[in-house]
Amino acid sequence: MIMPLPHGDEMIEIRFHGRGGQGSVIASKILAKAFFMEGKYVSSFPYFGVERRGAPVTAFTRVDDKPIRAKYQIYEPDYVIVLDPSLLKAVDVLRGLKKDGWVLINTIKPPEEVKRELKHEKIATVDATSIAIRHHLGSQAAPIVNTAILGAFARMSGLVKIETVMEAIRQAAPAKREENALAAKEAYESVVMGGE
Amino acid sequence: MVKMILTGNESAAWGARLSRPKVIAAYPITPQTSIIETIAEFIANGEMDARYIRVESEHSAMAACIAAQNTGVRTFTATSAHGLTLMHELLIWASGARLPIVMSVVNRAMAPPWSVWTDQLDSMAQRDTGWMQIYTENNQEVLDSIIISYKVGEKHHILLPTMVMEDAFILSHTSEPVDVPEQKMVDDFLGEYEPAFKLDPDDPAGFGSLIMPEGPYMEFRYKMALAMDAAREEIRKVSQEFGEVFGRYYPGLVEEYRTEDADAIMLVLGTIGSTAKDVVDRMREKGKKVGLARVRYFRPFPFEEIREIAKKADMLGVVDRSYTFGYGANLYAETKSVLYGHSDVPVKNYVMGLGGRDITPEIVEKVFDDMLKIAREGQVDREIEWVGLHGDERWS
Repeated sequence: MIMPLPHGDEMIEIRFHGRGGQGSVIASKILAKAFFMEGKYVSSFPYFGVERRGAPVTAFTRVDDKPIRAKYQIYEPDYVIVLDPSLLKAVDVLRGLKKDGWVLINTIKPPEEVKRELKHEKIATVDATSIAIRHHLGSQAAPIVNTAILGAFARMSGLVKIETVMEAIRQAAPAKREENALAAKEAYESVVMGGE
Repeated sequence: MVKMILTGNESAAWGARLSRPKVIAAYPITPQTSIIETIAEFIANGEMDARYIRVESEHSAMAACIAAQNTGVRTFTATSAHGLTLMHELLIWASGARLPIVMSVVNRAMAPPWSVWTDQLDSMAQRDTGWMQIYTENNQEVLDSIIISYKVGEKHHILLPTMVMEDAFILSHTSEPVDVPEQKMVDDFLGEYEPAFKLDPDDPAGFGSLIMPEGPYMEFRYKMALAMDAAREEIRKVSQEFGEVFGRYYPGLVEEYRTEDADAIMLVLGTIGSTAKDVVDRMREKGKKVGLARVRYFRPFPFEEIREIAKKADMLGVVDRSYTFGYGANLYAETKSVLYGHSDVPVKNYVMGLGGRDITPEIVEKVFDDMLKIAREGQVDREIEWVGLHGDERWS
């Protein structure tokens, strides 16, 4: 049975912040795929720009119980996912985020510490960088954290099962499929939720 | 049928792959490039049996498609903006030579200033080239329209090329679930390509020769005009056949949404139509009687449908994502032209979203409210209005 989304009739909108080359756009697609595998309607898209390696990149995922006709950008997301902690100083990651929306950040810091620099209640953190390195995803210097962060999102949001996220990763990851899936599992188990 | 999550460009590549063109000649340009990259991958993986010709420009891409199609095979190409306008000369050749080539066009703004975002001036500037033009609202329609376009164009009483438009990024780079039909079903639906004529060493003929003024040049053009007119009925027929086979029914040349009993109807091309459907639903809940007509085919122009639509409302608002410098934008000008002598309904042109400026539900609702006001008052305040210009408080 397909469970209805907890947001009532409202579409769920998710925004990813990363840097070019980190896989934010692929993460937005894999997350869409996971929701789709659970019977939801989805769409995902990058910020309509010309991305360069290292520059801030934004990507989006929409999820709904009914077909998605919205063909415009996302301004007031329900969730924000930050793949690179250095972006907190470079980009206003809270822009438009709904007041009761969650921010998930890849950082070694606990949520309480992040709150000192980021004025928001619901913050979750996960050390996706260390997880990615342990699973040999990318290099020590440039680990690929995009799959780990999706596991943490599954736990933080409760909207999609970790098993589905792992399966979507196995089907869609360009390489090291099982390692990517296991990284998601580890992040699912280690994400720290603040503000609950 | 397999459900995949595809971008608009991947959907276009799948539409081409399933239609089995034998030659693809293309030149990369943002935001089209991932169409031909995906096709190149299909060919390299042995999943598509076609010759991929790399060329040095879009002009050459169309020249290569024309030459290949003249030998009696299906061809496909894709382009955007400056690439499309560079092709202009050869577009007229392709239709004049009566070659049913299918091309994906990712609608992108023309420079200067440089912009890779969506805007329909590039394809509107090809209005008079003799190509059929279809504007799509989602990735499923992109894929399906390519198959349908081969079927319609290749009919021997039509023999005209088609461009299938996608709004840049809004479709080209957005992933959505898409039903990808079985190859066999598409093979059965399309059949083998049967050229009406072809270059054949055993049966030599000259194509495109010089014709004196007393020769049949004018008759050739008249036959093209008749073929384009006949395409209207063929599009309706093939859309119906497509629905019977694949279960997705496309409403011919114009898709109407809640137009019955509407006070004001908005005419649009492309993805604005998709967003506007949500707005129509929301406004209807508030008792505001608005409707939408998404014009799918701009060529041939659906004059009969638009005359019928004009009977249903007290006002028509025509949204254009391009402009014809001089007077009014294309969809507006054509709409008014076909209504002249048939309807006194007020028509207003809203020029919006140029250079990819985002068209949100909020701005669409404001346009609908303006339309309802005109419907009540019975006359337009101004015939042409640019919506959402910086500093214009009317729309902010």
